Amino acid sequence: MSPARSARPSRAGSGALSALVRAGRLVAPGAWPRSVLSTDQWLQLYAGFQAGAFDLVALWGEPGWVHIAAREAQTTAIFSLACPQGAYPALGRLHAPAIRLERALADLVGLRPQGLPDARPWLDHGRWTTGQPLSRRRRRRAAQPYAFLPVEGEGLHEIPVGPVHAGVIEPGHFRLTVNGETIVRLEERLGYVHRGAAALMRGAAVSRAARLAGRICGDSTVAYAYAFALAVERALGVEAPPRAQWLRALMAELERLANHLGDIGAVCNDAAFSLLHAHCGMLREQVLRACHAAFGHRLMMDGVAPGGVTADLRDGGVAVLMELVETVRRTFPGLVDIYDETNSLQDRVVGTGVVRPEWVRRFAAGGYVGRAAGRPFDARRQAPYELYGELAFDAPVLSEGDVNARVWIRIREVEQSLAILDQLLAAPPDLPWRVDLPKPSKAAREGAALVESFRGDVFLWVRLDATGALEACWFRDPSWFQWPLLEAAIEGGIVGDFPLCNKSFNCAYAGHDG
Amino acid sequence: MRNLLLQGLLRRPVTDVPPLPDAAAREELAALAGRVGAAARRRLGRSLSIRQVDAGSCNACELEINALANSYYDLERFGLRFVASPRHADVLLVTGPVTRNMREALERTWQATPAPKWVIASGDCAAGCGLFSESYACVGSVGAVLPVDLHIRGCPPTPTELLAGLLSLLEAASGRGRGL
Repeated sequence: MSPARSARPSRAGSGALSALVRAGRLVAPGAWPRSVLSTDQWLQLYAGFQAGAFDLVALWGEPGWVHIAAREAQTTAIFSLACPQGAYPALGRLHAPAIRLERALADLVGLRPQGLPDARPWLDHGRWTTGQPLSRRRRRRAAQPYAFLPVEGEGLHEIPVGPVHAGVIEPGHFRLTVNGETIVRLEERLGYVHRGAAALMRGAAVSRAARLAGRICGDSTVAYAYAFALAVERALGVEAPPRAQWLRALMAELERLANHLGDIGAVCNDAAFSLLHAHCGMLREQVLRACHAAFGHRLMMDGVAPGGVTADLRDGGVAVLMELVETVRRTFPGLVDIYDETNSLQDRVVGTGVVRPEWVRRFAAGGYVGRAAGRPFDARRQAPYELYGELAFDAPVLSEGDVNARVWIRIREVEQSLAILDQLLAAPPDLPWRVDLPKPSKAAREGAALVESFRGDVFLWVRLDATGALEACWFRDPSWFQWPLLEAAIEGGIVGDFPLCNKSFNCAYAGHDG
Repeated sequence: MRNLLLQGLLRRPVTDVPPLPDAAAREELAALAGRVGAAARRRLGRSLSIRQVDAGSCNACELEINALANSYYDLERFGLRFVASPRHADVLLVTGPVTRNMREALERTWQATPAPKWVIASGDCAAGCGLFSESYACVGSVGAVLPVDLHIRGCPPTPTELLAGLLSLLEAASGRGRGL
C-alpha cells in the first residue's frame, strides 16, 4: 500500500456557525465561545447538523440546560438551550450520532429529549444508588431487563457476548444475531464501567479533578489529563510555560506510540498471527520502560496537570528517549514488511469490517476509524494546541475503511510520532515546567479543549466556581462516535471476523462509560 | 520473516529475571496455607489458571496485566496462564472499584469458578483506595463483594509488582513457600 496522502486543514466554511454564535446571547467569550440560543436558533443549529454542514463534537447538560459543542471548518463553538421544564427537542431524531449522547443525558441529568427514536436508558442499568446523579431531583430507576432491538426471521440465532469477555479486556455486552456464520445485526450495550467520574469531579479541587481526569480512560491517561489541563488553563486565562508544553507533547506522542504498537500486534494476534504480536509487544514494552526512566511512570499517569506538568524530565531522559526512537525506527519497518507480505494475514484484514466514508463524515468519527475512511480530522492539525502548531508532521488519511486501512493509519502514525519526537528531543526548552494557577476572575471561568488521543479527539469542558474548584465538567471520548460504526461495519460479516474488527476499532469502554 | 525467526533462535532471550515473591503478600497469604488442603495442592501442582475480571477499571490495570504475557515477563514460564472461562480458572484477578453495573457479572463469574479458588484484588481501585470508591455508581472495593485472598497495590500495579504477587500466591497455593 502506498503512503497515505496527508491531510491539510480545509478552507473556512460558510461561517454559519459563527453567525449563530453572534445571533445568540454570548455568555462565555474566548476562542471557543458559548452562546445561549432561542428555540428557533437552536433548530437552525439542528438543521446545520442534518445538512452535514456542522460536526457534532459533544452534547451534554446541566439541570435546566442542554449544551452542544459543534464544529464547522476551523470554528468550534458551544451552544446552550434553556429547558426549565426539563425537556428539549431531541437532536437524535434528525441526526443519529446524537442518540446515545441524549440517552446518556437523560440518564445522568434527567433532561427529556422529545421525539428521540430510542428512549431506552443507556448508562443507567437501574443499579446506581441514585438516578439522574447530575440533576437536582434524583429519582432512582428500577432495574428492568434491557429491551434489545427485535430481530425476526427464519434461521436466526442469537449470540450474547459479555460483559465479561474471554480476554483481558474491558467489559461490555455484544448481542450478535446471526444466520449461519453471517452477522445479521450487532447491538452493543455499554455502561458497565460507568464510575460517575463527572459527578465526582463536580465540586472537586483542580488537583483532585486532574487525577480523576487521568483515570477516566487509562490507555489515554495523558490525553485526558492534557485536555483537562488545557480546559482549566483556558478558563483561567493562563498558558503553560514552554518546557511544560514540550514535556506534554513528548508524553502525548509516547502514549500514542505505545498504544499503536500494542494495537498493531493485537490485531495480528486476532488474525492468529502471533509472531507480530510478540514483536510489537516487545517494542511497546520498550516504550513503557523508557517512559518509566524518563517520567517515573510507565503510563505517565498524573504527569500532566493544570499549570504545566507535575515533574521535570528525569536526568538522562533525553538520551533514553533518543535511544528509544532509534530502536523503534530500526526494528519497526521489518515488522511492517512482514505484516504487508504475509498472505494469510492480509487475507483476514483486507476488505474486512468496511466503514463507509459517508458514515464517518456523518458521525464525525475521529482517530484511525475516521482517517482510514477518508475523514482527515486530527485535532493536532485542524485545531492545533500548544506546540502542535509549530511541529512538522502529517496526519495520514486512507479511503478503504477496512481493518487493513485502520492498521496502516496506525503504522503511518507511528512513523509520524517518531518524527515529532525527533523534533522535540532536538530542542528542549528552558525551565520552568509549571506556573501557579491564578485566582479565577469574575468573568465566565469556562474552558474547553480538544486533544488528539491515539484513538481520536477527546473533548473536555470545565466551569470553575469563584474559589477555583470545579463547578461542572464534561468529557466526551472519541469512542462515542466510533462504537455505533462498529455495529454498521460488522453487518454482513462473519462471526469469526468480529474480534478482529473490534480490535481494529479498539474503542474505549471506560472512556465511553465515564 | 526468515531473518526474524532466525534471530529469535540465535539471540539470547529478552526475558527478565523473575522478581522475588512479595514479602508483604507472603504475610497476607500465610493464612491461605492453612486453607488450602493437601489434596488441593496436589491437584494444582505448581500451575495456576487465572481469569481476569475488569470490574470497573480505567483499563490501565488491564494494559499492565496484558504486558505480563510479553516476552520480557513471560508469565507462562511460571505455570501461570490466563484462561478464557471462569470454569477453567483457579484464580480470579479482579480490577476496578466494582461498578454497580458490573457487580452481578462479577458475582456470577465467581460462582462459575470451581473450588478451590482464590481472589486477587489488583490495583488501588480494587483495594478500595482508588479515587472512585465514593461514587453512586461504585460498590467501592472487591472485598465488599468477594472474599479477597491477596491485594496487589499500585495505580496501576506494574507487571513486576503483579508478578511478585502472583508468585507469592503460587508458593502459598502449592505449599512450597518458605515459612508456609
